[in-house]
Order: sequence, then C-alpha cells, then structure tokens
Amino acid sequence: MAKAKETVSRTLMVALVLSIAFSVVVSTAAVMLRPAQVKNQNLDIRSNMLAAAGMLESGASADEIEAEFSRFTVRLVDLDTGEYVDPSAVGVEDPMKYDMYKAASDPERSTNIPAKEDKAGIKRRPNIAKVFTLEEDGELVRVVLPVHGYGLWSTLYGFVSLEGDANTIEGLGFYDHAETPGLGGEVDNPRWKSQWVGKKVYGDELEEPQIRLVKGGVSTDAADKEHKVDALSGATLTSRGVENLVNYWMGDRGFEPYLQKLREGEV
Amino acid sequence: MADASAKQVLFEPIFSNNPIALQILGICSALAVTTSMNVTLVMCAAVIAVSAFANLAVSLVRTQIPGSIRIIVQMTIIASLVIVVDQVLKAYAYEISKQLSVFVGLIITNCIVMGRAEGFAMKNGPWLSFLDGVGNGLGYSVLLIFVAFFRELLGAGSLFGVSLMPVVNEGGWYIPNGLLLLPPSAFFIIGLAIWGLRTWKPEQVEEPEYKMSRHTVKEAF
Repeated sequence: MAKAKETVSRTLMVALVLSIAFSVVVSTAAVMLRPAQVKNQNLDIRSNMLAAAGMLESGASADEIEAEFSRFTVRLVDLDTGEYVDPSAVGVEDPMKYDMYKAASDPERSTNIPAKEDKAGIKRRPNIAKVFTLEEDGELVRVVLPVHGYGLWSTLYGFVSLEGDANTIEGLGFYDHAETPGLGGEVDNPRWKSQWVGKKVYGDELEEPQIRLVKGGVSTDAADKEHKVDALSGATLTSRGVENLVNYWMGDRGFEPYLQKLREGEV
Repeated sequence: MADASAKQVLFEPIFSNNPIALQILGICSALAVTTSMNVTLVMCAAVIAVSAFANLAVSLVRTQIPGSIRIIVQMTIIASLVIVVDQVLKAYAYEISKQLSVFVGLIITNCIVMGRAEGFAMKNGPWLSFLDGVGNGLGYSVLLIFVAFFRELLGAGSLFGVSLMPVVNEGGWYIPNGLLLLPPSAFFIIGLAIWGLRTWKPEQVEEPEYKMSRHTVKEAF
C-alpha cells in the first residue's frame, strides 16, 4: 500500500484529481456569488457618492440609497474642454460603467501631468471624468465631482459636492485611503468634514481655487475665512495632501473649465 | 495522539495549548485585523471555517496523498477554501471584507491552518480533525478578541462600533490612545496576554535555555 502510493503515475493522478475537484469548488462559488458581489460594489460606489454630497442618512437601506442616487444624472466630461461627451466616446452605454481610475493608467485615455503642476501627486490624469449632477425644476442644485490625490501614506479617493453656483462646497468625503488611524485617518471624522460646508472654492473673481487648510483653527474674523478650513491636528502631510488635491481638481487642469461652463449655463 | 478524546481536541487549544500564546503562530494577522471587534469577529469566523474544513478535507484524503506532494496538496485545499470564504464575505459582508482586504487571502499563509493540517489531520480521522480545526480556530479567536477588545476600547473609545467613551474629536471627554490603533500595540497586548496566561498556567513557562553561573572571579576592590 505504502509503496503503491509513491509511484510517479499515482502522484500525478492524485494531483490531477485534486486540482480538478477544487477548481470546480472554487469556480462554482465564484459564479454563484457573483451577482451579490456586483450588487454590493455598485451600492458601495453609490453610497460613497451620496455620503460626500451629505445626502446619506446613516443606516439607509439599499433601496433608499438607490432612490436617492437615481435623482442624480451621471455624465462624462472632457476635462480639457469642459464639455460633456457621449458615453459611446469611451465605449460604454451606461456612463456609470466608465472607470476613470482605470482610464488614468491607460496612455491612450489619459494625460501625463508635468511634475511641477502635479500638486495632487497623481502623475496621470484621465481625459474624461465622471460627474454627478442634480437638477430640480431645470435648475442645477448640486454637482458632485470625483477627486483623488496623495496624502502621507496613500492616495485618497473621494468626492467634492458643490452647490448650484459651482463654487460653494456642500460636502466632501473620502471613501478610500490608508492614512494613520487617529491622525490623518481623521479625514473621515464627521465633525471635521462638517467644517467644509459653505466654504468657497474660488474668490470673487472666480480665478484660481483658494482652499487653504490652516493650523490652529479658523477664527470668525479671519481674512478669507470662506476659503479656510482647520487642518487636522497631528496630520500636517495629510492636510497638505487634501488641500493640494482639492485645489488641483478645482483648478484649470481639473474641473475648472467644466465648472466655468456650468456656471454660465453653456453645458 | 490517536486516543485523544473529542473534548480534549476541541478545548485544549483554547488555553492549554493556544496556537498564538503557546505556539506563537499566526501573529501577523493578529496585528492586522484587531483594530475593531466587528472586523475581528468576522476574521475569526473565517479562520475557524478554513481550519476546520481544511483539516476535514485533508483527513479524508490522507491515506491517498503521496508523501512527496503532501504539502502542495494541503496548500491546494487550504487555498481553495480561503478563496471560497473570501467570495462569500464579498457577497454577504462587503463592508467588513473591504476592511479585511488582503488579510482574508492571507489566511492561506496562516501557520495555524497549515500546521494543524500537517501535524494533526494527516494522522487522525476526519471527525477528530474537524474538531481540532475548530478548537485551534477558537484558540486563535480567543486571543484575537482579547486584543481587539482593548485596542478598540482604548484606541477608539468604542466596542462593536458603538461609542462607549465619547472621544475628544467628536466632542466627548476621552482622549484616545492612538498607539493602540497602530499594529505594534498588538505586540504589547499579546505579550501581556501570554504573561497572564503563563502566570495562571505555570507549566507553559519554557525552560530557560541557559543558566547564569555565579560570579566567581574577584575583580578590583
């Protein structure tokens, strides 16, 4: 018995049978669970977006998230011209299916950012971005823009939500990062995030984005207080990263051309 | 080993022969997934499931496995089970599986699972092996939950995500200990747990590897 077990053909046989048996197990699990996983992923993206826009109640059910999300229109924007593009230009039917972060690593569909303009530390920028707009009675009331950039340890991915004037911040939130828990990780703190509400990205002349994260808090009589947010304590580099990434994405290499057109009603 | 009773096999690994505290295995994930109780419990359930079913499967085919490829066979079984567990978590506990990220996949390399498959399941029947897997998984879980309890309570002022001591950043009074949210803190807690366990059960204390001899040479003065 022991001898028969050790022959080469026997060894190959056992290896083969076992591999087949377990690949069946693994692939069955993968195929059967796929629909539930896709549903979770979609729900995750939707709830991240709504959370940034401050429209997500904690403990909202999947249906509520879906209902709230369906009020938004998903559109694709050419970042250079600021014009909307048809989803077919990127080869998809449903604009939700477009993955701008995947596009950012494809040389065909992205642009290299010169080092000195690369405030957000992201190296490449997709040519086309996905935005979410909310209109009520034909009037724009909200636009949610995806942003990302480098903090201290990790790239932070999030959304900035602006009011209908495409200038006042309505909310900001990050759904993926790996900053230090308790320090930079406090970018997720609701109290910190609530300070962003009502801040203005651009000055009166609507030129460069003006957001600054400052140390020691923002007093009520500070100059330019509508552009200033209290930085995170103990997390200078994460704060700087957040400041840079917001200013980059609101700047002329980011969404500024689009926001200008949006303000003037050209798109 | 063959005459080990079911009860012994199931409960010994919890305190008397704890895989983390006595055998010092599986430390890596004990550092990584113990920042909150919810995440820890899911990880523990995953490890119990994998080690129990891996032991069961290995034990069922143990007479057929050629010695020359036995480790590979065990790895195949363990890896397949881990993938299945990962898929299940992604489908039914998406939030937590995002937080566990790669650590579910890394159960494959958890020495406890592999060690029990090779050390116990290769020599024992399926039922006993299954219980051994559950027992060792429980032993792992007890220690992880102990670590997570202190890390979440003192590091974030909450348990199971429910705030017990409102932290300063959210307007409360508790200044959280940030160190406890970082991986190294788990070393301190595991160290203290091992110390406590060995004080309670002195037979776990290892023999010193050498003894200092007395100082005999008379030096100055």
